[in-house]
Amino acid sequence: MTPRAAFWSGFWACAPFVVIVVPYSTLFGVVARDAGLDVLQTMSMSVLVIAGASQFTALALLQDNAPVFIALFTALAVNLRMAMYSAALVPHIGHARLSVRALAAYLMVDQAFAVAVRTYEDRPEMSPAAKLAYYFGAMAMICPWWYGGSLAGALVGQAIPASFHLDFAVPVCFIALTAPLIRSLPHLIAVFVSMAGSVAFGWLPWSLGIIVAAALAMVAGAQAELYLKRRASS
Amino acid sequence: MMEAPLIDNGTFWLVTILLGIGTFIIRFSFLGLFGGRQLPDWALLHLRYVGVAVFPALFTPQVLWPAATDGMFDPIRFVAAAAAFVVGLRVNVIGAIVAGMGTLYALQFIASLL
Repeated sequence: MTPRAAFWSGFWACAPFVVIVVPYSTLFGVVARDAGLDVLQTMSMSVLVIAGASQFTALALLQDNAPVFIALFTALAVNLRMAMYSAALVPHIGHARLSVRALAAYLMVDQAFAVAVRTYEDRPEMSPAAKLAYYFGAMAMICPWWYGGSLAGALVGQAIPASFHLDFAVPVCFIALTAPLIRSLPHLIAVFVSMAGSVAFGWLPWSLGIIVAAALAMVAGAQAELYLKRRASS
Repeated sequence: MMEAPLIDNGTFWLVTILLGIGTFIIRFSFLGLFGGRQLPDWALLHLRYVGVAVFPALFTPQVLWPAATDGMFDPIRFVAAAAAFVVGLRVNVIGAIVAGMGTLYALQFIASLL
């Protein structure tokens, strides 16, 4: 695969998620205007942060007049999962120049990360250049829609009818991201440990239960893989 | 009627700019520090499971205790989530999204008739 072909391959692979990103980002624009932000403020947040869940979190806490550091740390904790994405991407795009890696970091979003990593696993023969191009292709499909949707929501500013239940689009999106990643028994075990962990540690403050559950699930998946390998070779 | 309290301008910019910088640092962390280096095998082994370890922890509480119902378990959302999961395993991403939202809309429509 040439880098050019890889870019477009990543671009189109992320197309299905536009149906989630557009309503979700539009909703952010609407909610932000309802909270009293102007269009510049709304767009500044979407462009500086590009992380939906943390933007909603920060906005809700600011509206509640939470102390600055509480609003900040709670929203940052929501994004902590992306340190794991960052680590998972090192073997694939870590070869890029520092400035390119910085751009890759700025654009890192859940959907495109999931699609890229799945492809890297499926096609280990991809060259490092093709992997990098694929990554940027995936992000190029998602990020403009995020900005555009936020702007549309901020400009239109009309509340989206609650009967659309857009809140539910978020878990559905993450379910749709998870299902294709389950390709072996250890993956399935990791999924169940993650689910159970998020319930068991849901009481932790600042959404830290998600991080604990994810760490446990990674260990469970890795140990299951090692166990199955040992058993196969003995 | 009481106006919703406006967000203080200075507070907004302080939180937004720091959140932007902090989020970038989180995203850049490993890519920035370890880029170009060969990670040890034990790290690569664990990192293969990041996706399946993070996403279920995000959606499970949202499915079991949705904010839209003030955290009350909603059987309709649970069934819709299960439909999305099964279709996602068997078909593809678009199928999962359509099945999830479609099941939610269909069941809520039926529930409204009862």
